[in-house]
Amino acid sequence: MIGLIALSAPAHAQAETVGGTIQVAEGAERTPIAGVVIDISLDGEDIGTGTSDDTGIWAVDVPGPGTYQAELDVESLPDGVAPTDPDSTLLDSVIVRAGQNKVIAFRLGEGSVAAANRYKQLGNLFILGLKLGAIIALSAVGLSLIYGVTGLINFAHGELLTFGALMLYFFHVSGGGPGWPLLLAAIPAVILGGLFGGAQDRLLWRPLRKRRIGNIAMMVVSIGLALALRNFFLIIFDGQPRSLRDFAIQDTVDILGIPVVPKTLVIIGASLVILTCVGLFLQKTKTGIAVRAIADNKDLAESSGIDVQSVILSTWILGAGLAALSGVFFGVSESVQYNMGFRLLLLTFAATVLGGLGTAYGAMLGGFVIGIAIEMSTYWIDTELKNALALGLLIVMLLFRPQGLLGRKERLG
Amino acid sequence: MDWTEILIDAATASIGPVAAAYALAAIGLNLQFGYSGLLNFGQAGFMLVGGYGAAITVEHGGSFWLGILVGIAASVVLGLILGGPTLRLRADYLAIVTISAAEILRLIVRSGWAEPLTNGVFGIQGFANPFFDLNPLATAGRYGWGDFTFQGRQLWVMIVGWSLVGLATLLLWKLIASPWGRAIRAIREDEDAARALGKNVFGYKLQSLILGGALGGAAGMLLAVEQQNIVSDSFLPQLTFFLYVIVILGGAGTILGPIFGAIVFRFLFQFFDGFMAQSQAEGWYGDLLDATDAQQIKLVLVGAGLMALMVFRPQGAFGNREELLIDDN
Amino acid sequence: MTTNTIAAEPGVAKPDPILVVDGLQRTFGGLHAVDVDHLEIQRNTITSLIGPNGAGKTTLFNLLTGFDEVDAGTFSLNGESLVGVPSYRVARRGMVRTFQLTKSLGRLTVLENMMFGAPDNPGESLSGAMFRRWRSAEADIEARSRELLERFGMDHMSSEYAGSLSGGQRKLLEMARSLMVEPDIVMLDEPMAGVNPVLTQSLLEHIKALRDDGRTVVFVEHDMDVVQEISDWVIVLAEGQVIAEGRPEQIASNPIVIDAYLGTQSNG
Repeated sequence: MIGLIALSAPAHAQAETVGGTIQVAEGAERTPIAGVVIDISLDGEDIGTGTSDDTGIWAVDVPGPGTYQAELDVESLPDGVAPTDPDSTLLDSVIVRAGQNKVIAFRLGEGSVAAANRYKQLGNLFILGLKLGAIIALSAVGLSLIYGVTGLINFAHGELLTFGALMLYFFHVSGGGPGWPLLLAAIPAVILGGLFGGAQDRLLWRPLRKRRIGNIAMMVVSIGLALALRNFFLIIFDGQPRSLRDFAIQDTVDILGIPVVPKTLVIIGASLVILTCVGLFLQKTKTGIAVRAIADNKDLAESSGIDVQSVILSTWILGAGLAALSGVFFGVSESVQYNMGFRLLLLTFAATVLGGLGTAYGAMLGGFVIGIAIEMSTYWIDTELKNALALGLLIVMLLFRPQGLLGRKERLG
Repeated sequence: MDWTEILIDAATASIGPVAAAYALAAIGLNLQFGYSGLLNFGQAGFMLVGGYGAAITVEHGGSFWLGILVGIAASVVLGLILGGPTLRLRADYLAIVTISAAEILRLIVRSGWAEPLTNGVFGIQGFANPFFDLNPLATAGRYGWGDFTFQGRQLWVMIVGWSLVGLATLLLWKLIASPWGRAIRAIREDEDAARALGKNVFGYKLQSLILGGALGGAAGMLLAVEQQNIVSDSFLPQLTFFLYVIVILGGAGTILGPIFGAIVFRFLFQFFDGFMAQSQAEGWYGDLLDATDAQQIKLVLVGAGLMALMVFRPQGAFGNREELLIDDN
Repeated sequence: MTTNTIAAEPGVAKPDPILVVDGLQRTFGGLHAVDVDHLEIQRNTITSLIGPNGAGKTTLFNLLTGFDEVDAGTFSLNGESLVGVPSYRVARRGMVRTFQLTKSLGRLTVLENMMFGAPDNPGESLSGAMFRRWRSAEADIEARSRELLERFGMDHMSSEYAGSLSGGQRKLLEMARSLMVEPDIVMLDEPMAGVNPVLTQSLLEHIKALRDDGRTVVFVEHDMDVVQEISDWVIVLAEGQVIAEGRPEQIASNPIVIDAYLGTQSNG
């Protein structure tokens, strides 16, 4: 919506800022702390970074009124200073009105966020990369399977992911929902996500295939669907990111000297198990073999007696279910937001192409490569540029190995 | 409800500077998508480099006219960079790469890292003064009939903008009627057949991508000039999707389609805004909807409209139904 | 040009070959799709390429015309190597192909299809279309197109969309269009498939006429009667290899061919 505002309204005269003073409170004594970094973002997109000066004061100019998110970069805190509540470092609805210089505060005290060494930092980033990679891989396998059997690159795949996360929120947190624990709520979220995909195939894509609408036209249809669904989600769910109740706060455990929150390990582990199951399904089961046969040669598969339409329907349910699961994990890992799937869509594409368009295993591999590359890159480059780097990786890949890591060359046209 | 006001506002928007810029970008997209079958999902990226190319040049001491050259050159270079690796591959690769590239560019332009050049999320303002100095009309004067008027400043942008649209349309018309136009239409139908007849398919596709992208770059500049302001988030992916609605609404692969599409699209857009604003002010919806909901409902309708057009009336308003019914086997 | 003096054995040398193939290999996932030791196509003859399904006929066509890349081997047209030459340059060198699944340009008219085939059209480059005078060249091309259409008996449908033609008419159009390129050698991939008997006769006459014009024709065909009727020479491919060559009557009685080709045809 930012775009529309920017197009229709002239540049606003007053400048808005978000700022504050970074200081440690001990009784009445206030000690300002310099060099602390605060990241400001809007709808998951970075707006700017502020650093506190010698008097502890920091400010970030923001482009207009809105609901921003502010995050304290814990690693920038000096030795002996820590947030009084480790989970209060993210303020996710900082409302700025027109012309306002919004002041926010982070509560800091003496504590031990030990200065992270190089090994710890890189190790931590690697694990974060594995987690993001697992989330992308689940989404990418779904996209790739659907592409394999239908030839459609589904630009509305991200909304399948968002749908899963929204269902999780409904069953877990939402006032109108049953308020189940997260682990229980995830089950209907994934099942409904799969059915959502199945319904899309039955009600939209299958009729279009019957009308013999070409793949290029179908892609344009999926663009329209994505735009409509995303804004529909925005109407019913509103813009700001919302946290889940369970596992929001966890103590870290030590893995080879690297502090990790358990939910990260669970996401990585569960994803690996599920991806392995998908692999076994494709190799061992009748439906899985049919999926691969159709992806290989649709006409041949049809003439050898495979019920192509029903296999496509199964693939949609499976692919959408995987996307919904990816959305559940993404929600647990960060928060739930109406555009979370769209934010992950281009990374999903990058993973799919990187691994080899239409190859399920390639999509898995591509997902992990992209995830790790994104997180690890932040050690060297600006956080704001990490997604640009991943997408750049995609373009470079196409230059040198267009068939992708695991793709076969002769598949290309 | 003041229907006259709603209709006048909508009519004003339908021929305003933004409509001209949309039409120009859509003409480029129509060459790529409608005539050549290229799925460029990153026209917003071409518009971005065009607009920023001009704005950055002026901001860093260049003249406005040099800025225009830089903007066009930047969109041509973008076409080369994107077309090179992807146009030899299947059509879907171009779609993925163009939308990704447009997002990369937007993310880079708005990042703190590029701030010295682009001024980050705040964008660049006031770079088009030489353009407005040429305005022969009284800047603050009003021109028009009754309530249907434009400011002199705005009218000047419209005159230049629609002239560009006219020139681009003439160029396209001449090109499409030439053997070159026949070649790109043939390639849209079947690349391999064209190759077997000795045609350099890659070269044609690259030319079409670059030419269409340069028109997008010009459109991006027009938008930026009209606002005297360029910000990265004007170039979200949905801008490209709007252009698809425009091209398909007017009829993909028709000469006048993009102009017609842009006018109708802007009319409907503004009409909806005006209608929602007034009906909300009169309390039609109670507490059900707030002001921002109307914007979102509009985008839901744009998305649904794109789907419906593509499915039920892919030939658009000017397209030839018969031509589309051809079973291409 | 006669083929009577040439020995009927695989890889035999021929007088004045237009196309020479050596050690050509192409594998798909370990499977040898094409594995040809040596093969020559004699100029100004009609050579038919036969073999059971999956014998590698279309793959060989794809390799020779630049639509696929060889894994190993060389091949040359008029003495010049074609290895690594992209498909459109192969066509410009004088070898034009058609496709098994007809590729008519559906939303172009029949006449436009023909005119698109013409080489060296000054208005076909972007700068030419904008700055050069192309109308007189275009008028010449149109005249040539109409002449060819008349020869192929399609002049009455020149303003119809190619997509509205029947399968057989599309085959005819594709062949006529390939002649616009003025090729030395025409490679026809199953030109008779799905064509009704009346059109088949006319297609056969056109193929003979190509040879009488001084061109070379190579075509893939399944119908042995057709092969017998018009071929000067027959090459038999099985599992990617040339297993036999000879004049049509020699091939018809060759036990290897009967075993490899006719034997498998019954269940293919």
